[in-house]
Amino acid sequence: MNWFDKFCNDFTLNFIEGDRWKWILEGLGNTIIITIFALIIGVLLGIIIAAVRSTYDKNGADMKKRGGPAYVFLKIGNTLCNLYLTVVRGTPSVVQLLIMYFIILVNVTNGVFVAIIAFGLNSAAYVAEIFRGGIMSIDEGQFEAGRSLGFNYLQTMFHIILPQAIKVILPSLFNEFITLIKETAVAGYVGVMDLTKAGDKIRGRTFSAFMPLIAVALIYLGIVVLLTQLLKQLEKRLRKSER
Amino acid sequence: MKKKLTAIITLLVVAAMAIALTACGGSKPAPAPTPAGSGSGSAPAPAAGGKLVMATNAEFPPYEFKEGDDFAGIDVEIAGAIANKLGLELEIKDVEFGSIIGGVQSGKFDMGMAGMTVTEERLQSVSFSTSYATGIQSIIVKEGSDIASPDDLAGHKIGVQADTTGDIYCCDDFGDENVTAFKTGADAVQALISGKVDCVVIDNEPAKSFVAANKDAGLKILDTAYAEEQYAIAINKDNTVLLDQINAALEELTADGTIPGIIAKYIG
Repeated sequence: MNWFDKFCNDFTLNFIEGDRWKWILEGLGNTIIITIFALIIGVLLGIIIAAVRSTYDKNGADMKKRGGPAYVFLKIGNTLCNLYLTVVRGTPSVVQLLIMYFIILVNVTNGVFVAIIAFGLNSAAYVAEIFRGGIMSIDEGQFEAGRSLGFNYLQTMFHIILPQAIKVILPSLFNEFITLIKETAVAGYVGVMDLTKAGDKIRGRTFSAFMPLIAVALIYLGIVVLLTQLLKQLEKRLRKSER
Repeated sequence: MKKKLTAIITLLVVAAMAIALTACGGSKPAPAPTPAGSGSGSAPAPAAGGKLVMATNAEFPPYEFKEGDDFAGIDVEIAGAIANKLGLELEIKDVEFGSIIGGVQSGKFDMGMAGMTVTEERLQSVSFSTSYATGIQSIIVKEGSDIASPDDLAGHKIGVQADTTGDIYCCDDFGDENVTAFKTGADAVQALISGKVDCVVIDNEPAKSFVAANKDAGLKILDTAYAEEQYAIAINKDNTVLLDQINAALEELTADGTIPGIIAKYIG
């Protein structure tokens, strides 16, 4: 039972002594807060970007023929969105986080807030492409059918395209959620005590690698397994409408 | 229902694996550990002509920093002198400060040298050589700050480098919620400049470098230090042979003036 005693000793040293488990709890709280609010920002901004981009993809050619300020406006919007996607997807999220903390939001002292903004803006790019991909995946015939029934562009979008696209979008969106949780692990770079940083802090005090790292890994894994189960339920329910 | 069961089983399996892993992790060192005192040194000391692997965090001028692609600093030069004495080739690994002791403990590195202070907690994990330099924990503030001495720190936001003694002392003295830990000292100073923290507690020598490097930012080091401490080299507990060798080398290098010379070269 030698190893068991050692296990208990390690456990006590790493989590019980000095109330170190509280760091883990605080870190978990911050990780969840950052993820959820970043996702909200990501989804809201992502929908706007996706709306601009898919409208341009679907309607751009038509509008170009007609010309006018609406087309110019859309064209500029699309270019801006493209630029945004290129920058965000072309740089690591750690670098974006550091730029946000040390350069853009230089006067904001709340690290959690900075992390929410940074990860939210990062997530928006991916969410936008998920939404656009979902909308573009619906057959052009569906769109034409809507228009020939007398719906205008927006009506076709809301009554015919989006209800179908959502089935493609939701699983990928959920995936982005799961990815985002793990991505927030770099929040420690800007002095935020997230779950990973909490484990690091324990490691820095006790110098044992095993316990804090495995504990942190198990918590992440637990959350992701739970969310994956939810996703499966969701996909099952979405498939019901196919019959 | 089945899905839920699968989920529960998955979690259980993972937990079991973790415990099984601990079992391995726990039993592995079992044949090796020599109870404190006996010190037969069963872990192999690096053979002559072999490598002496030193772990450091090269973000800590003037003790260790990068000069182009090479490492430089007091610790780096002393380590070089030690390796020379022992007839070994020095290999430097640049890792996070918080990972140094863990790596030394697991045998990944032969020694850890990063302006590291001896503390009770660290002594539970590794052995330390005799001290080769004295460190001072200083406080950096902006000009015109209302912090004038260590007594004024309470109630202010303190920036530190994660897992350094400054971090540990400040967390103990002023509470976790008042201490913001950054990956590097430079980040902590950057946060001070932009007003995200009110002061930075860090070793005196890097503190001087940071203040000098940010002349326009109006930073100053308080005259009263926050704490004084002894720097030493971390070595695996089982490797008493290397510990003795390094202590002997340190003694000789101090006696012949090599170490004082190196320190004087960087701290004038």
